[in-house]
Amino acid sequence: MGKKLLLEHDHVPGIQGYDVYRKNGGYASVEKAIKTMSPEALVEEVKKSGLRGRGGAGFPTGMKWSFLAKPEGVPRYLVCNADESEPGTFKDRYLMSRIPHILVEGMIASSFALGVNKAFIYIRGEYYYIVNILEKAIEEAYANGWLGTNILGTGYNLDLYVQVGAGAYICGEETALLESLEGKRGNPRIKPPFPAIAGLYGCPTVVNNVETLASVVPVINMGGDAYAQIGIGKSTGTKLISASGHINKPGVYEIEMGITVEDFIYSDEYCGGILNGKKLKAVVAGGSSVPVLPADKILNLANGEKRLMSYESLSDGGFGGGTMLGSGGFIVMDETTSIVENLFTFARFYHHESCGQCSPCREGTAWMEKILHKIVDGHGTMADIDLLWEIQAKIEGNTICPLGDAAAWPVASAIRHFRSEFEEYVSNPSGVKKNKHYDSVHNNVNV
Amino acid sequence: MADIKFSEDTLALANKIIARYPEGKQKSALLPLLHLAQAEFDGWLSPATMQYVASLLQIQEVEVYEVASFYSMFNLKPVGKCLIEVCRTSSCWLRGANEIIEHLENKLGIKEGQTTPDGMFTLKTVECLGSCGSAPMMQIGAQYHENLSYEKVDGILDTCKAEGTRKTYLDKVVVDKY
Ligand SMILES: Cc1cc2nc3c(=O)[nH]c(=O)nc-3n(C[C@H](O)[C@H](O)[C@H](O)COP(=O)(O)O)c2cc1C
Ligand code: SF4
Ligand code: FES
Repeated sequence: MGKKLLLEHDHVPGIQGYDVYRKNGGYASVEKAIKTMSPEALVEEVKKSGLRGRGGAGFPTGMKWSFLAKPEGVPRYLVCNADESEPGTFKDRYLMSRIPHILVEGMIASSFALGVNKAFIYIRGEYYYIVNILEKAIEEAYANGWLGTNILGTGYNLDLYVQVGAGAYICGEETALLESLEGKRGNPRIKPPFPAIAGLYGCPTVVNNVETLASVVPVINMGGDAYAQIGIGKSTGTKLISASGHINKPGVYEIEMGITVEDFIYSDEYCGGILNGKKLKAVVAGGSSVPVLPADKILNLANGEKRLMSYESLSDGGFGGGTMLGSGGFIVMDETTSIVENLFTFARFYHHESCGQCSPCREGTAWMEKILHKIVDGHGTMADIDLLWEIQAKIEGNTICPLGDAAAWPVASAIRHFRSEFEEYVSNPSGVKKNKHYDSVHNNVNV
Repeated sequence: MADIKFSEDTLALANKIIARYPEGKQKSALLPLLHLAQAEFDGWLSPATMQYVASLLQIQEVEVYEVASFYSMFNLKPVGKCLIEVCRTSSCWLRGANEIIEHLENKLGIKEGQTTPDGMFTLKTVECLGSCGSAPMMQIGAQYHENLSYEKVDGILDTCKAEGTRKTYLDKVVVDKY
C-alpha cells in the first residue's frame, strides 16, 4: 500500500464529524503552527516541502506564498479554489464531502502563515450539498475554538466562509474566481497585477486549490523535509488522482508520486485494469486540458523506460510526445473508443465555457466545435482536418487566460497522434462504427 | 411583484450572508442571494425576482441581469419542477451518457431543452459535474444520481413523479455513498 497523507483516515466511521476527526489527530497542525511557529517559519516549511499547487499548474506553493504583498493596514485574503470543473476531475469533491475538516484545518494553518484574517472557500454551485457539509465543519471548528477571535488564546483572529458559484468552468481560473466572488461575471482579469499584489477587492490574495491547502496539514505535522522525502524528485508528496472511463475501478486514489502509469492502470490497488478485459487505447492523464496520449506513449517514455505518475515524467517528451499531470483527472479509453467523438465532447465543452472576452478563444472554440461536429456527422473533408489544426495553433498563446490553450491542446494532440482516425471519418463516413457506450452489465452491477 | 419577498427565515439568512463581506463590498452576496431567490421563487429568476434581489443589495437591476445571465445554473426562463441535468462530457460519454439522454427523451416524450406538458420535468444536458468516476450521471436539484442504468433512471423518474415537489439546489440530500 502506498503512503496516504490525506485519505489516511478516509474509512474511519464518522470521520466527517469533528470528534472523530480530532481523535484521529485532527487540528494538530494548527496547534503546532499557531503555538510554536512564526508565520515566516511556516512559509519556509512549505517551501522546503516542495509542495506544488494541485489545481493544475503545479506552481510551488511556498514560493507563491512568499510573493504575497504585505502593505501596512491593508487586509490580505486566502481563497480556496473549490470550483473543480475540469472534465475528469472529482477529487476535491471526494475530499470535501468525506473529510471536510482537513480542508478547514489546512486553511486555518495557511491563513496564520499568510497573516490572513478572512478566508473564503469558493465552491462550484453544483456542489451545493457540500456547502452544507463544509458549513457544518466550520461551525464545529468555531465551537471548538479553532476559528473566530483569539484562537488558542494567542490573539490570532480568523473568519472562514463558504462562497457558492453558479455554473461556470472559467471561474476556476483564479482571477475569474475573484471577479465572481466580488459578485460579477466570471471574466478573467489581465495579469499583471497578480492576485498576490491585487486580488480580492484589490487586496493581496492567495488562491490555492482544495488539495493544496489540505496538503499543508501533513507538511506541518511531519515537517517540510520529511514531506519532501515522499514522492520522486520535484514531485514531492502524494497526489489525489480521479480515475474514470473504461476501467474496472473508477474512483479517487491517493498515490505516492513516482509509481508507474502501468501500475496505476492495471494494479488492483488502483484502477484494476481495463473494463471487460479490453485493450487500452489512450489516456487523458490530467484533466480534459492536457494532451491525449496513445497507449504506448502513456505507458512508456521515448527511451523505453516506464512512464511515472509525476509532474516531470508525464510531461517528458514535451508537447510532441508527452502530456501533463494537470489536475490529476485520469480518463482511460479502451480500444473501441472513437478519439474523434471524444474530442468533440471536449470541443463542445470549451466552446460552452469560453467567457468570450478574447476573439481567438471565442471564435476558435466555436469553429472547432462546428468542424468536429461536421466530421463526426460524416460531412467532413480532408481540408477540415487541416483547418482544425490551423485554428488550434492560432488560439494558443493569444489569449488573456489559459482556457484558450486548454481548448487547443486536446485538438492538437488528437490530430498529432490519431490523424488516421480523422481521415477515416472523412473518407469513409458510413464505415465508421458509431460506438454505443451503454454497458448494461456494468451499469446494472453498479446499481 | 407584490408577492416577491423572501420568507422571514430566508431574509435572515440573506442578511447574514451580506454581513460577511467588508463594508462597501456587499455585491459579493449576489450569487448566494440569487441561489436563495431561485429556490424560493419557482426555480427561475423572473425580472421581478431579479428586481427584488437588486433592491436588497442596493444595486441596479441590470447589474443583476448581467451576472445572472453569465452562469449556467441560473434559469432565466421557467423550468419544470424537476430540472434533470445530464452530464454529456467525455467520462460520462465513455460510459453511456448519450444512451441515457436518448432513454430520457423517449421516456419523457420530450427533447433536450424541453419541458413536459404537465410542467413536471425539464431535460437539460450539461458539462462535467465532477462525478466522472460514477458515470453516467445526472443531477436533479441538489441530488447527484450516479452510475445510471435505464432501470435506475426509470425508478428516479417514478419517485420524482410520486413526490411531485419542486427540487432545488438547496435541498437537503443523501450524501454520497462511494
Ligand atoms: C480555465 C481554468 C480553469 C481552472 N479551474 C481550476 C479549478 O477548478 N480548480 C483549481 O484549483 N484550479 C483551477 N485552475 C487553476 C487556477 O487558476 C489556479 O492556478 C489554482 O487555483 C492555484 O492553486 P494551486 O496553486 O493550489 O494549484 C484553472 C485554471 C484555468 C485557466
Ligand atoms: S481565453 Fe477564453 S476564457 Fe480566457 S479570457 Fe479569453 S475568451 Fe475568456
Ligand atoms: S464527465 Fe460527467 S461528471 Fe465529469
